[in-house]
Amino acid sequence: MMNNNRIMRPVREYFKQNWGILLALFGMCLVFTIFGNNFLTQTNIVNLLRTCATNCYLAIGVQLAIILAGIDLTGGALAALSGVICVMTFENAGLPMWAGIVAGILIGLIVGFINGAVVTYTEIHPFVVTLAMQSICRGTAYLLANGSPVTTTNRSFSSFGTGMLGPIPLPVVYMTIFLIFDFFLLNKTRTGRHIYAVGGNETAARFSGININKIKILVWTISGAMAGFCGVVLAARMSSGQPATGEGYETDAIAAAVLGGTSFFGGTGTVGGLIIGVLIIGVISNGLNLMHVNSYWQFVLKGIIIIVAVYADRMKQKRQNAAK
Amino acid sequence: MSAIGSSHNTECMWGETMSKELLRMEHIVKTFPGVKALSDAAITVHAGEVVGFMGENGAGKSTLMNVLGGVFPADSGDIYIEGQKVEIHSIHDSQALGVAFIHQELALEPYLTIAENIFLGREMKNSMGMISKDKMAEAAKPFLERVGLHVDPNEFVGRLSLGQQQMVEIAKSFSLDAKILILDEPTSSLSEKEVNILFQTVNDLRKQGMGIIFITHKMAEVFQLCDSVTIMRDGEFMGSLKSGECTESQLIALMVGRDLGNYYVRTFNEPGAVVLEAKHIHAGKRAVDCSFRVRSGEILGFYGLVGSGRSELMKAIMGLDPMDSGKVYLDGEEVKKANPMYMQEKGVALVPESRKTEGLLLNNTIAFNITLPILSRFINHLSVNTSMEDKIVEDGAKALHVKAASNRVNCSTLSGGNQQKVLLAKWLATNPKVLILDEPTRGIDVGAKAEIYTIINDLAKSGLAVILISSEMPEVMNMSDRMMIMSEGRITGELKHEDYTQELILKYAMGVEE
Repeated sequence: MMNNNRIMRPVREYFKQNWGILLALFGMCLVFTIFGNNFLTQTNIVNLLRTCATNCYLAIGVQLAIILAGIDLTGGALAALSGVICVMTFENAGLPMWAGIVAGILIGLIVGFINGAVVTYTEIHPFVVTLAMQSICRGTAYLLANGSPVTTTNRSFSSFGTGMLGPIPLPVVYMTIFLIFDFFLLNKTRTGRHIYAVGGNETAARFSGININKIKILVWTISGAMAGFCGVVLAARMSSGQPATGEGYETDAIAAAVLGGTSFFGGTGTVGGLIIGVLIIGVISNGLNLMHVNSYWQFVLKGIIIIVAVYADRMKQKRQNAAK
Repeated sequence: MSAIGSSHNTECMWGETMSKELLRMEHIVKTFPGVKALSDAAITVHAGEVVGFMGENGAGKSTLMNVLGGVFPADSGDIYIEGQKVEIHSIHDSQALGVAFIHQELALEPYLTIAENIFLGREMKNSMGMISKDKMAEAAKPFLERVGLHVDPNEFVGRLSLGQQQMVEIAKSFSLDAKILILDEPTSSLSEKEVNILFQTVNDLRKQGMGIIFITHKMAEVFQLCDSVTIMRDGEFMGSLKSGECTESQLIALMVGRDLGNYYVRTFNEPGAVVLEAKHIHAGKRAVDCSFRVRSGEILGFYGLVGSGRSELMKAIMGLDPMDSGKVYLDGEEVKKANPMYMQEKGVALVPESRKTEGLLLNNTIAFNITLPILSRFINHLSVNTSMEDKIVEDGAKALHVKAASNRVNCSTLSGGNQQKVLLAKWLATNPKVLILDEPTRGIDVGAKAEIYTIINDLAKSGLAVILISSEMPEVMNMSDRMMIMSEGRITGELKHEDYTQELILKYAMGVEE
């Protein structure tokens, strides 16, 4: 009985909270299975998950920033910078391959830390700070790479992004590990609750003795590190650090987070919701490709989805306010 | 009653100008999904009458006023304005019928001038078809005159005090030809000085034949200002009494349905050792050379007019705001680094003044809120001890009689009184030695107030050192052993319980030099 409760209650809650987007996901899959070619094949599912993975790295960070009632727009550009630095470290500077991977993640971490520190201590809106940082990262990536991709022939590096663990691509394995970490962070640690508290009501959190500055800096640092990791995986997959890569990735990450029920008002958002959000974004790209729809339509569609999802959240808030 | 204001003659008012009925609402019913907010509400207002409108939170005062103000329509019931049966379907209808609703949260544009605010949406134009600030400023003057606000109509509203902004709202209602004025707890954020000015204005408006509905929780205001009192309970009209012919306990009995007698609960006991001592605290202009000490088992009252620096002094001591100089001692030991986390660990808890902004996360559960400062007790090494969490929450909520369906409901669904109890439970869970309560009964109903007083009394009895900041003089007078009185950032007086008199306290609070 006890066991039943501990397992079944969260499951029921999950469906109750997310039935809308689950239904949407299911419906999309159904449509693509019927009208697309080879949607439900093992190769395609593996492909689908692989694209989901890179978006998911960014989305984890972006969701944390949104829970803090902030935003992180640095993701795509930072991933490009990290990829360039990663490859240059072992191709140009002659250091070992692993040092490149560390350097890529490290640059993400540092940029994220700077984002967090600037947001915290200058009280400039995170939108402005991270938008500016996006530009700085993109520019730096082009400058370092001299405008063209930095290529590598290092096999073991490329396997970091293209390798498989049995039938599962490595990026999907990384994604799973990060999601588990994210879940524990948000649900099983003090820091997680503090993140929700600071996002829900910063002043009340301060009065509760929470170190707000620490939480803010931590969240943007995590987000930066995730972008750094994303950049390394992308570079490994393409066997090159490309300064132009990752354009518009932050849009996908934001879309995934808001689809998953993360509110721009701050203080709410779950890992379970995020997973569905990431899957929906992945399924849309993948399915439309299979149906040979012009890929530019995807941009249009994702934009519409963001507005609809945020509007749905707005309505939910209104209903809650009316119920008071 | 009190030394302030109150020069009008009630008898005279009833005799002369009170003949004409302005407003009568009868048998008003309003149902929201799941709740019957109004079951049989009524109110009557005459020309030249100030009607005190009282009732516990959730009694339906605001709902009835929202019906009158056109915020939402009633399900059934009759509304008569000057004897004519009317229908109110929108805010616009209500304004056209001469009703002006001044909400607790003022709805003015801070970056527009007074005149621009008054004529917002009805801007005056010059011959060129451009908006004319001069014309509007000129037209605003007589309205400002009527409310006694002697400020340049071209001043930005954001630079006015809250009391002055209220006057602008009232002036705006004149420009809309209002006959009936609804004031929703207008004094809750005003200083005593501003309250006086407001009361004078209300008295003037009464003489001009306006009908005024004055929603309030404060007994003193009713007796000081109102001609009659209309009381609601559970969405029902309970009665209307002439304020000159009733007593506080009569009103309270109508509101809560039982006689509370003296609703301040305080059994004095011999205080113990000094727990917290502050010496020469300076924090900008907000706190200037403040020193005080509080003993265990003692309630130290802090009285002062709004803005006198009481909350600011406490925030500086807690490390929530910067402190320029001064020393804080806990159990005789100097506190080296004042920050909220450290003070909390050392057993000092500040229950802040504003439940909504400083106190609670309204969109989170009761459990989330109560456990926020003490997560380390049950979250360790990636594991949450849920049974321990539940127990902490259960005990906390039960001890303070929080009324809620469960501890997993959001605080936004609770009444003000219950939110206040959750806030108290949250800080009591930290097992403090010193409890600083900043306006613990602000905006909550009489029944909940009595419960909070009982809790505070019990805490003091159990040996806690309690600091009670309040803007309600009777509250501090009845509950505290000793009182510090502040004015403009300075401690201007200290009184023992036996020396309390309203005149003396107010003199210190207004900073009157001997």
